[in-house]
Amino acid sequence: MSDDRNEMSIPSRPWSPRETSEGSQELAPMTSAALEHSVGSVLRLPEGALDSGQIDIERAEDTMIINMGPQHPSTHGVLRLMLELEGEKVLRTKPVVGYLHTGMEKTGEELTYVQGATNVTRMDYLSPLHNELVFSLATEALLGVELPPRATWIRMLMCELNRVSSHLMWMATNGMDLGSTSMMIYGFRERELVLEFFQKTTGLRMNHNYIRPGGVAADLPDGWEDDVEIICDTVLERTYEYDELLTGQPIFRERTEAVGNITAEQAVALSATGPILRSTGVPWDLRRAMPYLAYDAVDFDVIVGTYGDNFDRYSIRLNEIRESIRIIRQVLEQMPRGDYRVQDAKVTPPPRRRIDESMEALIHHFKIFTEGFRVPEGEVYVAVESPRGELGCYLVSDGTSKPYRMHIRGPSFVNLQTLPSMLRGGLIADAVAIISSVDPVMGEVDR
Amino acid sequence: MTVEPAEHAGAPASPAPAQDAIVFATPERHHEVVAQLMRDGFEMCSDLCAVDYLSHPGRRVPEGVTKERFEVVVNLLSLSKKRRVEVRTQVPEANPSVPSLFDLYPGTEAMEREAYDMHGIVFVGHPDLTRILMPEDWEGHPLRKDYGVGRVPVQFKDAPGPR
Repeated sequence: MSDDRNEMSIPSRPWSPRETSEGSQELAPMTSAALEHSVGSVLRLPEGALDSGQIDIERAEDTMIINMGPQHPSTHGVLRLMLELEGEKVLRTKPVVGYLHTGMEKTGEELTYVQGATNVTRMDYLSPLHNELVFSLATEALLGVELPPRATWIRMLMCELNRVSSHLMWMATNGMDLGSTSMMIYGFRERELVLEFFQKTTGLRMNHNYIRPGGVAADLPDGWEDDVEIICDTVLERTYEYDELLTGQPIFRERTEAVGNITAEQAVALSATGPILRSTGVPWDLRRAMPYLAYDAVDFDVIVGTYGDNFDRYSIRLNEIRESIRIIRQVLEQMPRGDYRVQDAKVTPPPRRRIDESMEALIHHFKIFTEGFRVPEGEVYVAVESPRGELGCYLVSDGTSKPYRMHIRGPSFVNLQTLPSMLRGGLIADAVAIISSVDPVMGEVDR
Repeated sequence: MTVEPAEHAGAPASPAPAQDAIVFATPERHHEVVAQLMRDGFEMCSDLCAVDYLSHPGRRVPEGVTKERFEVVVNLLSLSKKRRVEVRTQVPEANPSVPSLFDLYPGTEAMEREAYDMHGIVFVGHPDLTRILMPEDWEGHPLRKDYGVGRVPVQFKDAPGPR
């Protein structure tokens, strides 16, 4: 810190760095003052959430700190948790992230708005369409274009299918973390149905680049109604099988009920969104509270829990699959006809057949895909409800064809802050189940 | 004859959707402004990020706001009123520090660490202001505009072997 006087002088740090042999990520030494300070702050528990009278300093002397991850099969990627253990009890936790950081926000500043969707879709790889959606909505808000209704409804259909596949994936991995390998196989089996439809529509199973600024890349394939109908029927029927397999099963309930509790106050203070916030009883779903696309035209319920424990988060996700299917069925009935992308020559390339017969169309096509389109100056924040919570995009344009700044507010990144509160006082054996119930996707956490 | 995209730029087809309320602040008033908004019912801090305006000096700000190099954007959310408000704090290059919001919203902990990591903005009062995404010993702040892109040279031939 002392020698890097490169571009500007950063003032001496006003906080105390507490340097140790392992850098400042080392847990603080166990003096009583340091313990009180760090329990409240360094280990990401909100101030006042913990009564300092609860801390038994004598016994805290013989605690041990273990690193769980980054190479651990149950940390869902490369999440590292520093756990402070007293026997089998978890006291404090510090999530350490960044192992998958690839600078996607910086990359986003180098790509045009046309290319940008390919970049953001790789962040949350389990719900890529939501990433594309939030980036496209932000770009369109700056452009000021209005989408044709069919594009909006196609987006809604694809995003709800994506929510189903993401929650199925979560059911699968959560089952595996709790030792239910049958659930893992079932979850992947059903997800495959959705992914096959994605492949048919977008050409890819993941990272589709399907939702683009100005609409979607292609119209739905012929016979899509039948495919979607089959997905809805099959998945809905199977959710009742999961009920039989897990919901009523005593072992599963023992492992999930009253495990990883969090209160509504804590969840709001820690900016948690999505199933974590709803599990505490706060009915906050952006699809309902701040409708985007055409969510105000469809009928669905916001699922909320009561206790904020693992079981509530499980049942919220299971029921959200059913609600998504309910939305998809309504989209099937109400899908409007018309264009699937905006007929604005500024953002939309000419149709393929025009390129063969018109030189201008070829030039136009070339210009859009090399130079891109210019977006008026401005800043905008757009948020959508991804399967994991509020997925936001703060986009700044300086009037060129590349974003000046593209910030993605990843729900997993913020939701991970609830882990220390959830894990505290629980058993180390439950840690795996609790991490799973947060549903972190490390690609989005580290970006 | 089709219109070339570049000629067409800058003319929105329809007015942009209604923006969230925006409040501009200085680093001195940053904490105070957010605290007041929190008392007004904005229970959650949904996002916090920083922007480096080094290469975009011509941006538009309202009258009376002094433009600085950095801007810290805090996005507050009211669950009860279903509204958002943005606090944009101008942070000077010479002293890039603002008070931490950790005491108001503990959820800003990771976001402020990210802004520190990526832009080098110091959040005074933050309990554990360390790098979060980049390695501990990394030099520089990657999302600053004067930080180059692709600094690591890629050598395809004659690279020295691993040992």
